[in-house]
Amino acid sequence: MKTDDFIDFLARESSPPPGSQAGGPRFAVGVIAGLVASSALMAGLLGLRPDLAQVIHQPMFWVRLAFPVAVALAALHLTTRLARPGARVGGGAWVSLALPIAIAWGLAGVVLAEVAPDARGALMLGHTWKVCSTLIAVLSLPSIVAVFWAVRGMAPVRLRLAGAAAGLLAGAMAAIAYCLHCPEMAPPFWSLWYLLGMLIAGGLGALAGPRFLRW
Amino acid sequence: MGQKKMFHAPCNQVPTCGELKVMDAVPYFVPLSRPPGVAWAWITLRATSGRGERNRSESVAMTSEAVREHAPEGPSAIELELRHCFVLGLGGDAASYRQFLEALACHLRAYLRRRLPRALEDVEDILQETLLAIHNARHTYRAGEPVTAWVHAITRYKLMDFFRAHARREALHDPIGDDDLFVASDAEPADARRDVGQLLGTLPDRHRVPIELVKLQGLSITEAARCSGLSESAVKVGIHRGLKALAARIRGGV
Repeated sequence: MKTDDFIDFLARESSPPPGSQAGGPRFAVGVIAGLVASSALMAGLLGLRPDLAQVIHQPMFWVRLAFPVAVALAALHLTTRLARPGARVGGGAWVSLALPIAIAWGLAGVVLAEVAPDARGALMLGHTWKVCSTLIAVLSLPSIVAVFWAVRGMAPVRLRLAGAAAGLLAGAMAAIAYCLHCPEMAPPFWSLWYLLGMLIAGGLGALAGPRFLRW
Repeated sequence: MGQKKMFHAPCNQVPTCGELKVMDAVPYFVPLSRPPGVAWAWITLRATSGRGERNRSESVAMTSEAVREHAPEGPSAIELELRHCFVLGLGGDAASYRQFLEALACHLRAYLRRRLPRALEDVEDILQETLLAIHNARHTYRAGEPVTAWVHAITRYKLMDFFRAHARREALHDPIGDDDLFVASDAEPADARRDVGQLLGTLPDRHRVPIELVKLQGLSITEAARCSGLSESAVKVGIHRGLKALAARIRGGV
């Protein structure tokens, strides 16, 4: 087919198809579906923590929950930028991603400074450090699928970076779900192992991006 | 009808792609003079390593450089023309959209011929593939952002796809200095080697029928829906998915 004919062919119908005008609705569906799927996997695989009803009255429960929520919001912003060709990712996006991590680490530092030196190791390792990051990474798998589905509806041109951002978003969503199971409340623990779990998910996303986000 | 004509008017006044005016216009991206060796190393690296995102910082640097140098002038004439036609097209004005694609095809052709001096026989194929990619991604353009930057990102992505697929052959290529899509325009098409028309025939019926009715026979969405017994949104979605499937087929066949 000649290019002129091909242009004729493309131009016959120019308005975007229904439901694809904006990335917003698609991302909303992807994020909600991912959160539901990761939470269901958490409930089925691990179960809610038995004392959840009491724990939600502790401020630290909400501080801990705020950490993955803040990372998820920053990663969502980054992902939606990277899903559009030519959209610039400003320094603000990276700062908003680094900020919750810096605050969590600052909080962990304050907590660690207040306890006796020989108790610090126990605070950082808690009782579940061996499984925490792995579980978050496992819980992120359905979320990764959901977020990748949303990104695939757009047109990412930097596949590895877009995959990493999508994976990080999925990891943060999994960490939100994991908060409802995890018995550890000490900031030195979750600022370390939650972050590691989210980064593993981000790494998975970076590996999967060039293959599954291609268009 | 009269109203529609008025909408067309600004687009029709803009010089078409073959004329000098467009070619002389200040591009949105101003190319930085780069030693050819650097560009060559860059292309070779990109083509052989398969990493798609390396050059982004470079592109951002170029953009900010361009903005700094040309800040008082604002968007270029090409940007304004393309954006105007594209936005009208997205609103359903097929004539403006056609004009957008035609002007774009000229720029893309010149750009691809510069970038692929030893693979000129592939240019028309990549051009059609890129046009299809731009068409399929048209919902990812956000109003108010530069269309040229958006097109540039997609074109570069498709070009890198081609480089990856032809890494070995490409490594022997001459270096090409600038990476600016909008410095020149080439209206003279060559023949595409691939026949998109034949590829269309390989699509499943639910995609092919809406495409044939609307894109080839020129029926409106409403007529096509009546004709095929599908709902209007099913026709639109069928076209959208079908063209995506077509893009995947083209990619697989390169």
